[in-house]
Amino acid sequence: MSELAQLMRQYDVLGGFWMTIKLTVVSALGSLILGVIVVIMRISPVKAFQLFGKGYVNVIRNTPLTVIVTFCALAFYNVLAWRLAGPDARSSVQLFWWGVVALSVYHSTFVAEGIRSGINTVPPGQAEAARSIGLTFGQTLSQVILPQAVRGSVTPLGNTLIALTKNTTVVSAIGVAEASYVMKNMIEFSPNFIYAIFILMALGFVILTLPVGMLVSWASTKLAVQR
Amino acid sequence: MSSNSVLFDIPGPKALRRHRIIGVVGVIVLVVLAALLIHGLRSQLGADAWATVFTGQAWADYFIPGILNTIQAAAAALVLASLLGFVLAMGRMSFIRPLRWVCSVLVEFFRAVPVLMAMLFFYYLMVFAAPFSTLVPPAMKGLVGVVAGLTFYNGAVMAELLRSGVNSLPRGQTEAGLSIGLSLSQTRRSILLPQAITAMMPALVSQLVIIVKDTALGYIITYPELLRSATNLSSGGTNIIPVFLVAAALFIVINYSLTRFAEYLQIRMGRSRGTHAVTLDQAHQESFLPDEGALEEAADQAGIREQRRPPDDAV
Repeated sequence: MSELAQLMRQYDVLGGFWMTIKLTVVSALGSLILGVIVVIMRISPVKAFQLFGKGYVNVIRNTPLTVIVTFCALAFYNVLAWRLAGPDARSSVQLFWWGVVALSVYHSTFVAEGIRSGINTVPPGQAEAARSIGLTFGQTLSQVILPQAVRGSVTPLGNTLIALTKNTTVVSAIGVAEASYVMKNMIEFSPNFIYAIFILMALGFVILTLPVGMLVSWASTKLAVQR
Repeated sequence: MSSNSVLFDIPGPKALRRHRIIGVVGVIVLVVLAALLIHGLRSQLGADAWATVFTGQAWADYFIPGILNTIQAAAAALVLASLLGFVLAMGRMSFIRPLRWVCSVLVEFFRAVPVLMAMLFFYYLMVFAAPFSTLVPPAMKGLVGVVAGLTFYNGAVMAELLRSGVNSLPRGQTEAGLSIGLSLSQTRRSILLPQAITAMMPALVSQLVIIVKDTALGYIITYPELLRSATNLSSGGTNIIPVFLVAAALFIVINYSLTRFAEYLQIRMGRSRGTHAVTLDQAHQESFLPDEGALEEAADQAGIREQRRPPDDAV
Protein backbone atom coordinates (compact mmCIF):
# COMPACT_ATOMS: atom_id res chain seq x y z
CA MET A 1 0.00 0.00 0.00
CA SER A 2 2.79 2.44 0.87
CA GLU A 3 4.37 1.56 -2.45
CA LEU A 4 1.18 2.60 -4.19
CA ALA A 5 1.17 5.88 -2.31
CA GLN A 6 4.79 6.32 -3.35
CA LEU A 7 3.76 5.64 -6.96
CA MET A 8 1.02 8.26 -6.74
CA ARG A 9 3.52 10.84 -5.52
CA GLN A 10 5.99 9.86 -8.20
CA TYR A 11 3.48 10.34 -11.01
CA ASP A 12 1.37 13.42 -11.18
CA VAL A 13 -2.07 11.78 -10.91
CA LEU A 14 -3.86 14.91 -9.82
CA GLY A 15 -2.05 16.88 -12.51
CA GLY A 16 -3.33 14.38 -15.06
CA PHE A 17 -6.91 14.80 -13.94
CA TRP A 18 -6.49 18.56 -13.81
CA MET A 19 -5.41 18.41 -17.46
CA THR A 20 -8.50 16.29 -18.20
CA ILE A 21 -10.72 18.89 -16.57
CA LYS A 22 -9.03 21.74 -18.44
CA LEU A 23 -9.42 19.91 -21.75
CA THR A 24 -13.08 19.18 -20.96
CA VAL A 25 -14.03 22.73 -20.00
CA VAL A 26 -12.23 24.47 -22.86
CA SER A 27 -13.42 21.96 -25.46
CA ALA A 28 -16.97 22.11 -24.12
CA LEU A 29 -16.98 25.86 -24.72
CA GLY A 30 -15.37 25.43 -28.14
CA SER A 31 -17.78 22.73 -29.23
CA LEU A 32 -20.76 24.74 -27.97
CA ILE A 33 -19.72 27.77 -30.06
CA LEU A 34 -18.96 25.68 -33.16
CA GLY A 35 -22.07 23.58 -32.66
CA VAL A 36 -24.33 26.61 -32.44
CA ILE A 37 -22.82 27.99 -35.65
CA VAL A 38 -23.38 24.66 -37.39
CA VAL A 39 -26.95 24.33 -36.17
CA ILE A 40 -27.74 27.88 -37.28
CA MET A 41 -26.43 26.95 -40.74
CA ARG A 42 -28.48 23.76 -40.74
CA ILE A 43 -31.76 25.40 -39.87
CA SER A 44 -31.16 28.61 -41.85
CA PRO A 45 -33.33 29.15 -44.92
CA VAL A 46 -30.23 29.41 -47.15
CA LYS A 47 -29.84 26.18 -49.10
CA ALA A 48 -26.03 26.33 -49.40
CA PHE A 49 -25.63 26.66 -45.63
CA GLN A 50 -28.05 23.81 -45.00
CA LEU A 51 -26.03 21.57 -47.28
CA PHE A 52 -22.74 22.61 -45.72
CA GLY A 53 -24.07 22.05 -42.19
CA LYS A 54 -25.42 18.65 -43.12
CA GLY A 55 -22.20 17.65 -44.87
CA TYR A 56 -20.07 18.84 -41.95
CA VAL A 57 -22.09 16.86 -39.43
CA ASN A 58 -22.14 13.69 -41.54
CA VAL A 59 -18.42 13.77 -42.33
CA ILE A 60 -17.10 14.68 -38.89
CA ARG A 61 -19.48 12.45 -36.96
CA ASN A 62 -18.47 9.40 -38.94
CA THR A 63 -14.75 10.03 -38.58
CA PRO A 64 -13.05 8.47 -35.54
CA LEU A 65 -11.88 11.04 -33.00
CA THR A 66 -8.44 9.42 -33.06
CA VAL A 67 -8.13 10.27 -36.75
CA ILE A 68 -9.12 13.90 -36.15
CA VAL A 69 -6.76 14.32 -33.20
CA THR A 70 -3.73 12.81 -34.92
CA PHE A 71 -4.55 14.63 -38.16
CA CYS A 72 -4.66 18.00 -36.37
CA ALA A 73 -1.29 17.35 -34.75
CA LEU A 74 0.38 16.02 -37.90
CA ALA A 75 -1.12 18.19 -40.61
CA PHE A 76 -1.60 21.52 -38.86
CA TYR A 77 1.14 21.43 -36.26
CA ASN A 78 3.90 19.39 -37.92
CA VAL A 79 3.39 20.09 -41.63
CA LEU A 80 1.81 23.55 -41.61
CA ALA A 81 3.53 24.60 -38.36
CA TRP A 82 0.54 26.65 -37.25
CA ARG A 83 1.32 27.68 -33.70
CA LEU A 84 -1.98 28.21 -31.92
CA ALA A 85 -0.51 29.24 -28.58
CA GLY A 86 1.76 31.92 -30.02
CA PRO A 87 5.18 31.48 -31.63
CA ASP A 88 7.12 31.06 -28.38
CA ALA A 89 5.00 28.56 -26.46
CA ARG A 90 6.36 25.08 -25.75
CA SER A 91 5.23 22.22 -27.93
CA SER A 92 3.20 20.64 -25.09
CA VAL A 93 1.11 23.81 -24.90
CA GLN A 94 0.72 23.90 -28.68
CA LEU A 95 -0.44 20.28 -28.71
CA PHE A 96 -2.88 20.98 -25.87
CA TRP A 97 -4.55 23.60 -28.04
CA TRP A 98 -4.59 21.37 -31.11
CA GLY A 99 -6.18 18.70 -28.91
CA VAL A 100 -8.82 21.23 -27.88
CA VAL A 101 -9.46 22.10 -31.53
CA ALA A 102 -9.87 18.44 -32.47
CA LEU A 103 -12.17 17.72 -29.53
CA SER A 104 -14.25 20.84 -30.27
CA VAL A 105 -14.60 20.02 -33.95
CA TYR A 106 -15.62 16.44 -33.22
CA HIS A 107 -18.09 17.20 -30.44
CA SER A 108 -19.58 20.25 -32.15
CA THR A 109 -21.44 17.83 -34.44
CA PHE A 110 -23.06 16.17 -31.43
CA VAL A 111 -23.89 19.56 -29.92
CA ALA A 112 -25.46 20.63 -33.23
CA GLU A 113 -27.51 17.45 -33.47
CA GLY A 114 -28.57 17.80 -29.84
CA ILE A 115 -29.84 21.34 -30.30
CA ARG A 116 -31.52 20.41 -33.55
CA SER A 117 -33.30 17.46 -31.95
CA GLY A 118 -34.44 19.88 -29.24
CA ILE A 119 -35.92 22.19 -31.85
CA ASN A 120 -37.54 19.23 -33.55
CA THR A 121 -39.39 18.31 -30.36
CA VAL A 122 -41.39 21.56 -30.69
CA PRO A 123 -44.56 20.82 -32.66
CA PRO A 124 -45.11 23.08 -35.73
CA GLY A 125 -48.44 24.11 -34.21
CA GLN A 126 -46.56 26.10 -31.57
CA ALA A 127 -44.98 28.36 -34.19
CA GLU A 128 -48.18 28.58 -36.16
CA ALA A 129 -50.11 29.58 -33.05
CA ALA A 130 -47.46 32.14 -32.12
CA ARG A 131 -47.60 33.71 -35.59
CA SER A 132 -51.35 33.70 -35.74
CA ILE A 133 -51.61 35.73 -32.52
CA GLY A 134 -49.35 38.28 -34.21
CA LEU A 135 -45.92 37.62 -32.69
CA THR A 136 -42.98 38.65 -34.88
CA PHE A 137 -40.28 36.20 -35.95
CA GLY A 138 -37.99 37.27 -33.09
CA GLN A 139 -40.77 37.01 -30.54
CA THR A 140 -41.84 33.60 -31.85
CA LEU A 141 -38.29 32.36 -31.53
CA SER A 142 -37.45 33.83 -28.13
CA GLN A 143 -40.80 33.44 -26.36
CA VAL A 144 -42.20 30.22 -27.79
CA ILE A 145 -39.79 28.01 -29.72
CA LEU A 146 -36.44 28.31 -27.94
CA PRO A 147 -37.67 27.93 -24.34
CA GLN A 148 -39.21 24.60 -25.33
CA ALA A 149 -36.30 23.58 -27.55
CA VAL A 150 -33.75 24.12 -24.76
CA ARG A 151 -35.66 21.76 -22.51
CA GLY A 152 -35.66 19.14 -25.23
CA SER A 153 -31.92 19.38 -25.77
CA VAL A 154 -30.85 19.04 -22.13
CA THR A 155 -30.48 15.27 -22.41
CA PRO A 156 -28.44 15.08 -25.63
CA LEU A 157 -26.22 17.99 -24.59
CA GLY A 158 -25.60 16.45 -21.17
CA ASN A 159 -24.73 13.12 -22.75
CA THR A 160 -22.35 14.92 -25.09
CA LEU A 161 -20.63 16.57 -22.13
CA ILE A 162 -20.13 13.20 -20.45
CA ALA A 163 -18.82 11.69 -23.70
CA LEU A 164 -16.50 14.67 -24.10
CA THR A 165 -15.07 14.20 -20.60
CA LYS A 166 -14.21 10.61 -21.42
CA ASN A 167 -13.03 11.37 -24.95
CA THR A 168 -10.38 13.80 -23.69
CA THR A 169 -8.31 10.66 -23.07
CA VAL A 170 -7.85 10.34 -26.84
CA VAL A 171 -5.51 13.35 -26.96
CA SER A 172 -2.95 11.20 -25.17
CA ALA A 173 -2.34 9.94 -28.74
CA ILE A 174 -0.50 13.21 -29.41
CA GLY A 175 1.21 13.20 -26.03
CA VAL A 176 -0.91 15.55 -23.94
CA ALA A 177 -0.33 14.46 -20.34
CA GLU A 178 -3.91 13.88 -19.21
CA ALA A 179 -5.22 11.10 -16.96
CA SER A 180 -4.89 8.14 -19.32
CA TYR A 181 -1.38 9.23 -20.33
CA VAL A 182 -0.39 9.25 -16.66
CA MET A 183 -2.00 5.85 -16.20
CA LYS A 184 -0.10 4.44 -19.17
CA ASN A 185 3.21 5.63 -17.74
CA MET A 186 2.38 4.32 -14.28
CA ILE A 187 1.52 0.86 -15.59
CA GLU A 188 4.55 0.70 -17.83
CA PHE A 189 6.91 1.45 -14.95
CA SER A 190 5.14 -0.48 -12.19
CA PRO A 191 3.20 -3.32 -13.84
CA ASN A 192 2.82 -5.04 -10.44
CA PHE A 193 0.17 -2.51 -9.47
CA ILE A 194 -1.77 -2.70 -12.73
CA TYR A 195 -5.11 -3.54 -11.06
CA ALA A 196 -4.81 -0.90 -8.35
CA ILE A 197 -3.71 1.76 -10.85
CA PHE A 198 -6.61 1.00 -13.19
CA ILE A 199 -9.22 1.03 -10.41
CA LEU A 200 -7.81 4.28 -9.06
CA MET A 201 -7.80 6.08 -12.42
CA ALA A 202 -11.19 4.63 -13.38
CA LEU A 203 -12.70 5.88 -10.12
CA GLY A 204 -11.39 9.32 -11.02
CA PHE A 205 -13.57 9.24 -14.13
CA VAL A 206 -16.54 7.91 -12.18
CA ILE A 207 -16.19 10.93 -9.88
CA LEU A 208 -15.98 13.26 -12.88
CA THR A 209 -18.89 11.86 -14.91
CA LEU A 210 -21.41 10.42 -12.44
CA PRO A 211 -22.56 13.74 -10.91
CA VAL A 212 -23.00 15.22 -14.39
CA GLY A 213 -25.04 12.21 -15.45
CA MET A 214 -27.27 12.39 -12.39
CA LEU A 215 -27.73 16.12 -12.85
CA VAL A 216 -28.70 15.65 -16.50
CA SER A 217 -31.20 12.90 -15.66
CA TRP A 218 -32.71 15.01 -12.92
CA ALA A 219 -32.84 18.15 -15.07
CA SER A 220 -34.34 16.46 -18.09
CA THR A 221 -37.09 14.89 -16.01
CA LYS A 222 -37.70 18.16 -14.20
CA LEU A 223 -37.74 20.24 -17.39
CA ALA A 224 -39.58 17.78 -19.60
CA VAL A 225 -42.48 19.31 -21.50
CA GLN A 226 -45.61 17.26 -21.16
CA ARG A 227 -47.13 16.74 -24.61
CA MET B 1 -37.39 19.48 -42.82
CA SER B 2 -39.73 20.06 -39.92
CA SER B 3 -37.39 22.40 -38.05
CA ASN B 4 -37.46 24.81 -40.96
CA SER B 5 -41.21 24.88 -41.19
CA VAL B 6 -41.33 25.66 -37.47
CA LEU B 7 -38.90 28.53 -37.59
CA PHE B 8 -39.48 30.37 -40.83
CA ASP B 9 -42.25 31.60 -43.05
CA ILE B 10 -42.15 30.39 -46.63
CA PRO B 11 -39.83 32.95 -48.29
CA GLY B 12 -41.27 35.35 -50.84
CA PRO B 13 -39.43 36.51 -54.00
CA LYS B 14 -37.50 39.24 -52.16
CA ALA B 15 -36.37 36.91 -49.36
CA LEU B 16 -35.42 34.26 -51.91
CA ARG B 17 -33.16 36.75 -53.69
CA ARG B 18 -31.60 37.73 -50.38
CA HIS B 19 -31.03 34.09 -49.46
CA ARG B 20 -29.38 33.48 -52.80
CA ILE B 21 -26.96 36.38 -52.29
CA ILE B 22 -26.06 35.24 -48.76
CA GLY B 23 -25.59 31.72 -50.09
CA VAL B 24 -23.22 32.82 -52.85
CA VAL B 25 -21.16 34.92 -50.43
CA GLY B 26 -21.02 32.03 -47.96
CA VAL B 27 -19.88 29.58 -50.62
CA ILE B 28 -17.15 31.99 -51.77
CA VAL B 29 -15.88 32.36 -48.19
CA LEU B 30 -15.80 28.57 -47.73
CA VAL B 31 -14.03 28.04 -51.05
CA VAL B 32 -11.39 30.64 -50.14
CA LEU B 33 -10.79 28.95 -46.77
CA ALA B 34 -10.46 25.55 -48.43
CA ALA B 35 -8.07 26.99 -51.01
CA LEU B 36 -5.88 28.47 -48.26
CA LEU B 37 -5.76 25.09 -46.54
CA ILE B 38 -4.85 23.23 -49.72
CA HIS B 39 -2.22 25.85 -50.51
CA GLY B 40 -0.67 25.34 -47.06
CA LEU B 41 -0.59 21.58 -47.50
CA ARG B 42 0.58 21.71 -51.13
CA SER B 43 3.90 19.97 -50.38
CA GLN B 44 1.87 16.93 -49.30
CA LEU B 45 -0.80 17.02 -51.94
CA GLY B 46 1.30 16.77 -55.11
CA ALA B 47 0.74 14.06 -57.68
CA ASP B 48 3.67 11.95 -56.43
CA ALA B 49 2.33 11.92 -52.86
CA TRP B 50 -1.03 10.68 -54.12
CA ALA B 51 0.65 8.18 -56.42
CA THR B 52 2.11 6.30 -53.43
CA VAL B 53 -1.38 5.92 -51.95
CA PHE B 54 -3.02 4.52 -55.06
CA THR B 55 -0.72 1.64 -55.81
CA GLY B 56 -1.89 -1.95 -55.68
CA GLN B 57 0.68 -2.68 -53.03
CA ALA B 58 -0.49 0.11 -50.73
CA TRP B 59 -3.98 -1.36 -50.76
CA ALA B 60 -2.99 -5.01 -50.62
CA ASP B 61 -0.50 -4.54 -47.77
CA TYR B 62 -1.92 -1.65 -45.75
CA PHE B 63 -5.46 -0.47 -46.42
CA ILE B 64 -7.26 -3.77 -47.00
CA PRO B 65 -5.63 -5.58 -44.02
CA GLY B 66 -6.38 -2.48 -41.93
CA ILE B 67 -10.06 -2.55 -42.90
CA LEU B 68 -10.21 -6.27 -42.19
CA ASN B 69 -8.60 -5.81 -38.76
CA THR B 70 -11.02 -3.01 -37.95
CA ILE B 71 -14.02 -5.10 -38.99
CA GLN B 72 -12.67 -8.12 -37.13
CA ALA B 73 -12.27 -6.19 -33.88
CA ALA B 74 -15.62 -4.42 -34.27
CA ALA B 75 -17.49 -7.65 -35.02
CA ALA B 76 -15.93 -9.52 -32.11
CA ALA B 77 -16.64 -6.60 -29.79
CA LEU B 78 -20.26 -6.36 -30.99
CA VAL B 79 -20.94 -10.03 -30.27
CA LEU B 80 -19.18 -10.06 -26.91
CA ALA B 81 -20.70 -6.76 -25.84
CA SER B 82 -24.18 -8.04 -26.70
CA LEU B 83 -23.59 -11.11 -24.55
CA LEU B 84 -22.19 -9.09 -21.66
CA GLY B 85 -25.00 -6.58 -22.06
CA PHE B 86 -27.64 -9.29 -21.92
CA VAL B 87 -26.14 -10.76 -18.74
CA LEU B 88 -25.82 -7.33 -17.10
CA ALA B 89 -29.36 -6.35 -18.09
CA MET B 90 -30.77 -9.60 -16.72
CA GLY B 91 -28.86 -9.00 -13.51
CA ARG B 92 -30.01 -5.41 -13.27
CA MET B 93 -33.62 -6.48 -13.78
CA SER B 94 -33.32 -9.51 -11.51
CA PHE B 95 -35.93 -10.20 -8.85
CA ILE B 96 -33.12 -10.62 -6.33
CA ARG B 97 -32.43 -7.18 -4.96
CA PRO B 98 -28.74 -7.48 -4.01
CA LEU B 99 -27.95 -8.84 -7.48
CA ARG B 100 -29.80 -5.87 -8.98
CA TRP B 101 -27.65 -3.46 -6.96
CA VAL B 102 -24.40 -5.18 -7.84
CA CYS B 103 -25.21 -5.12 -11.55
CA SER B 104 -26.30 -1.47 -11.36
CA VAL B 105 -22.96 -0.52 -9.84
CA LEU B 106 -21.10 -2.57 -12.45
CA VAL B 107 -23.01 -0.97 -15.33
CA GLU B 108 -22.40 2.55 -14.02
CA PHE B 109 -18.73 1.79 -13.48
CA PHE B 110 -18.20 0.27 -16.93
CA ARG B 111 -19.95 3.21 -18.54
CA ALA B 112 -17.98 5.85 -16.68
CA VAL B 113 -14.57 4.51 -17.70
CA PRO B 114 -13.21 5.88 -20.99
CA VAL B 115 -12.84 3.20 -23.66
CA LEU B 116 -9.18 4.10 -24.15
CA MET B 117 -8.44 3.53 -20.48
CA ALA B 118 -10.10 0.12 -20.55
CA MET B 119 -8.14 -0.75 -23.70
CA LEU B 120 -4.86 0.32 -22.15
CA PHE B 121 -5.65 -1.69 -19.04
CA PHE B 122 -6.51 -4.89 -20.90
CA TYR B 123 -3.60 -4.49 -23.29
CA TYR B 124 -1.07 -4.10 -20.48
CA LEU B 125 -2.80 -6.92 -18.64
CA MET B 126 -1.98 -9.14 -21.64
CA VAL B 127 1.58 -7.83 -21.71
CA PHE B 128 2.49 -7.82 -18.02
CA ALA B 129 0.08 -9.75 -15.80
CA ALA B 130 0.90 -13.33 -14.89
CA PRO B 131 -1.55 -15.74 -16.53
CA PHE B 132 -2.24 -13.71 -19.65
CA SER B 133 1.28 -12.65 -20.58
CA THR B 134 2.24 -16.24 -21.37
CA LEU B 135 -1.21 -17.46 -22.40
CA VAL B 136 -1.93 -14.91 -25.12
CA PRO B 137 0.41 -15.04 -28.13
CA PRO B 138 2.21 -11.70 -28.74
CA ALA B 139 0.48 -11.13 -32.07
CA MET B 140 -2.93 -11.35 -30.40
CA LYS B 141 -2.29 -8.96 -27.52
CA GLY B 142 -3.35 -5.84 -29.42
CA LEU B 143 -6.54 -7.45 -30.69
CA VAL B 144 -7.47 -8.79 -27.24
CA GLY B 145 -6.84 -5.35 -25.73
CA VAL B 146 -9.01 -3.58 -28.29
CA VAL B 147 -11.85 -6.11 -28.16
CA ALA B 148 -11.85 -6.36 -24.36
CA GLY B 149 -11.79 -2.58 -23.96
CA LEU B 150 -14.67 -2.17 -26.41
CA THR B 151 -16.66 -4.99 -24.81
CA PHE B 152 -16.21 -3.48 -21.36
CA TYR B 153 -17.85 -0.18 -22.26
CA ASN B 154 -20.30 -1.29 -24.91
CA GLY B 155 -21.56 -4.19 -22.80
CA ALA B 156 -22.81 -1.65 -20.29
CA VAL B 157 -24.43 0.42 -23.05
CA MET B 158 -26.16 -2.65 -24.50
CA ALA B 159 -27.43 -3.56 -21.03
CA GLU B 160 -28.95 -0.11 -20.67
CA LEU B 161 -30.47 -0.31 -24.15
CA LEU B 162 -32.16 -3.60 -23.37
CA ARG B 163 -33.37 -2.42 -19.98
CA SER B 164 -34.63 0.79 -21.49
CA GLY B 165 -36.42 -1.26 -24.13
CA VAL B 166 -38.16 -3.32 -21.45
CA ASN B 167 -39.02 -0.36 -19.23
CA SER B 168 -40.42 1.76 -22.04
CA LEU B 169 -43.00 -0.87 -22.96
CA PRO B 170 -46.53 0.10 -21.96
CA ARG B 171 -47.46 -1.13 -18.48
CA GLY B 172 -50.38 -2.97 -20.01
CA GLN B 173 -47.99 -5.52 -21.50
CA THR B 174 -46.84 -6.62 -18.05
CA GLU B 175 -50.33 -6.44 -16.58
CA ALA B 176 -51.82 -8.46 -19.43
CA GLY B 177 -49.09 -11.09 -19.12
CA LEU B 178 -49.62 -11.47 -15.39
CA SER B 179 -53.38 -11.46 -15.66
CA ILE B 180 -53.53 -14.35 -18.14
CA GLY B 181 -51.67 -16.36 -15.51
CA LEU B 182 -48.06 -16.21 -16.68
CA SER B 183 -45.47 -16.11 -13.91
CA LEU B 184 -43.19 -13.10 -13.52
CA SER B 185 -40.33 -14.76 -15.31
CA GLN B 186 -42.58 -16.11 -18.06
CA THR B 187 -43.96 -12.62 -18.61
CA ARG B 188 -40.46 -11.27 -18.94
CA ARG B 189 -39.23 -14.08 -21.15
CA SER B 190 -42.09 -14.40 -23.59
CA ILE B 191 -43.68 -10.95 -23.61
CA LEU B 192 -41.28 -8.19 -22.57
CA LEU B 193 -37.86 -9.34 -23.82
CA PRO B 194 -38.85 -10.16 -27.42
CA GLN B 195 -40.37 -6.70 -27.82
CA ALA B 196 -37.45 -4.99 -26.11
CA ILE B 197 -34.91 -6.73 -28.34
CA THR B 198 -36.73 -5.61 -31.49
CA ALA B 199 -37.01 -2.12 -30.05
CA MET B 200 -33.25 -1.83 -29.52
CA MET B 201 -32.24 -2.96 -33.03
CA PRO B 202 -31.84 0.50 -34.65
CA ALA B 203 -29.92 1.75 -31.62
CA LEU B 204 -27.76 -1.37 -31.78
CA VAL B 205 -26.71 -0.51 -35.32
CA SER B 206 -25.99 3.08 -34.22
CA GLN B 207 -23.86 1.67 -31.43
CA LEU B 208 -21.98 -0.40 -34.01
CA VAL B 209 -20.94 2.88 -35.66
CA ILE B 210 -19.50 3.98 -32.32
CA ILE B 211 -17.70 0.64 -31.97
CA VAL B 212 -16.17 0.94 -35.45
CA LYS B 213 -15.00 4.46 -34.65
CA ASP B 214 -13.55 3.37 -31.34
CA THR B 215 -11.51 0.59 -32.94
CA ALA B 216 -9.34 3.47 -34.15
CA LEU B 217 -8.20 3.83 -30.54
CA GLY B 218 -6.26 0.64 -31.25
CA TYR B 219 -3.84 3.04 -32.97
CA ILE B 220 -2.60 4.03 -29.52
CA ILE B 221 -1.90 0.47 -28.39
CA THR B 222 -0.37 -0.29 -31.82
CA TYR B 223 -3.08 -2.71 -32.96
CA PRO B 224 -2.81 -2.62 -36.78
CA GLU B 225 -6.37 -1.43 -37.46
CA LEU B 226 -7.11 0.86 -40.40
CA LEU B 227 -5.51 4.02 -38.98
CA ARG B 228 -2.35 2.38 -37.63
CA SER B 229 -1.99 0.26 -40.74
CA ALA B 230 -2.40 3.33 -42.95
CA THR B 231 0.15 5.40 -41.06
CA ASN B 232 2.61 2.50 -41.36
CA LEU B 233 2.40 3.10 -45.11
CA SER B 234 3.79 6.59 -44.69
CA SER B 235 6.77 5.88 -42.51
CA GLY B 236 8.74 8.38 -44.58
CA GLY B 237 6.22 11.07 -43.69
CA THR B 238 6.11 12.81 -47.08
CA ASN B 239 2.67 11.44 -47.93
CA ILE B 240 1.12 11.48 -44.47
CA ILE B 241 -1.75 13.79 -45.45
CA PRO B 242 -3.01 11.73 -48.42
CA VAL B 243 -2.76 8.58 -46.30
CA PHE B 244 -4.83 10.19 -43.56
CA LEU B 245 -7.41 11.45 -46.02
CA VAL B 246 -7.85 8.00 -47.55
CA ALA B 247 -8.11 6.34 -44.13
CA ALA B 248 -10.64 8.92 -42.96
CA ALA B 249 -12.64 8.51 -46.18
CA LEU B 250 -12.76 4.73 -45.66
CA PHE B 251 -13.99 5.15 -42.08
CA ILE B 252 -16.61 7.65 -43.24
CA VAL B 253 -17.88 5.32 -45.97
CA ILE B 254 -18.21 2.39 -43.54
CA ASN B 255 -19.87 4.43 -40.81
CA TYR B 256 -22.12 6.46 -43.06
CA SER B 257 -23.56 3.30 -44.59
CA LEU B 258 -24.15 1.88 -41.10
CA THR B 259 -25.85 5.14 -40.01
CA ARG B 260 -28.13 5.06 -43.03
CA PHE B 261 -28.92 1.42 -42.32
CA ALA B 262 -29.90 2.34 -38.74
CA GLU B 263 -32.15 5.12 -40.04
CA TYR B 264 -33.73 2.70 -42.50
CA LEU B 265 -34.41 0.21 -39.68
CA GLN B 266 -35.92 2.98 -37.56
CA ILE B 267 -38.25 4.11 -40.34
CA ARG B 268 -39.25 0.55 -41.18
CA MET B 269 -40.10 -0.14 -37.56
CA GLY B 270 -41.96 3.14 -37.26
CA ARG B 271 -44.22 2.03 -40.11
CA SER B 272 -45.30 -1.27 -38.65
CA ARG B 273 -47.96 -0.88 -36.05
CA GLY B 274 -47.39 -1.67 -32.40
CA THR B 275 -43.60 -1.80 -32.35
CA HIS B 276 -41.64 0.85 -30.52
CA ALA B 277 -37.99 1.83 -30.57
CA VAL B 278 -35.54 3.08 -27.97
CA THR B 279 -32.74 5.52 -28.69
CA LEU B 280 -29.22 5.64 -27.29
CA ASP B 281 -29.95 8.99 -25.66
CA GLN B 282 -32.95 7.52 -23.91
CA ALA B 283 -30.92 4.59 -22.64
CA HIS B 284 -28.14 6.84 -21.39
CA GLN B 285 -30.54 9.09 -19.59
CA GLU B 286 -32.78 6.51 -17.99
CA SER B 287 -29.92 4.65 -16.42
CA PHE B 288 -29.74 7.20 -13.63
CA LEU B 289 -33.42 7.13 -12.87
CA PRO B 290 -34.40 5.12 -9.82
CA ASP B 291 -37.69 3.91 -11.28
CA GLU B 292 -37.87 0.30 -12.21
CA GLY B 293 -40.12 -1.46 -14.67
CA ALA B 294 -43.66 -2.57 -14.00
CA LEU B 295 -42.44 -6.14 -13.65
CA GLU B 296 -40.06 -5.40 -10.77
CA GLU B 297 -42.78 -3.47 -9.02
CA ALA B 298 -45.12 -6.39 -9.40
CA ALA B 299 -42.40 -8.69 -8.10
CA ASP B 300 -41.75 -6.51 -5.09
CA GLN B 301 -45.43 -6.34 -4.28
CA ALA B 302 -45.89 -10.06 -4.74
CA GLY B 303 -42.74 -10.85 -2.76
CA ILE B 304 -44.42 -11.31 0.59
CA ARG B 305 -47.32 -13.31 -0.78
CA GLU B 306 -45.12 -15.61 -2.84
CA GLN B 307 -43.21 -16.84 0.17
CA ARG B 308 -46.37 -18.48 1.46
CA ARG B 309 -47.36 -19.90 -1.90
CA PRO B 310 -45.79 -22.57 -4.08
CA PRO B 311 -43.73 -21.02 -6.91
CA ASP B 312 -45.78 -19.88 -9.88
CA ASP B 313 -44.21 -22.31 -12.30
CA ALA B 314 -45.37 -25.27 -10.24
CA VAL B 315 -49.03 -24.36 -10.58
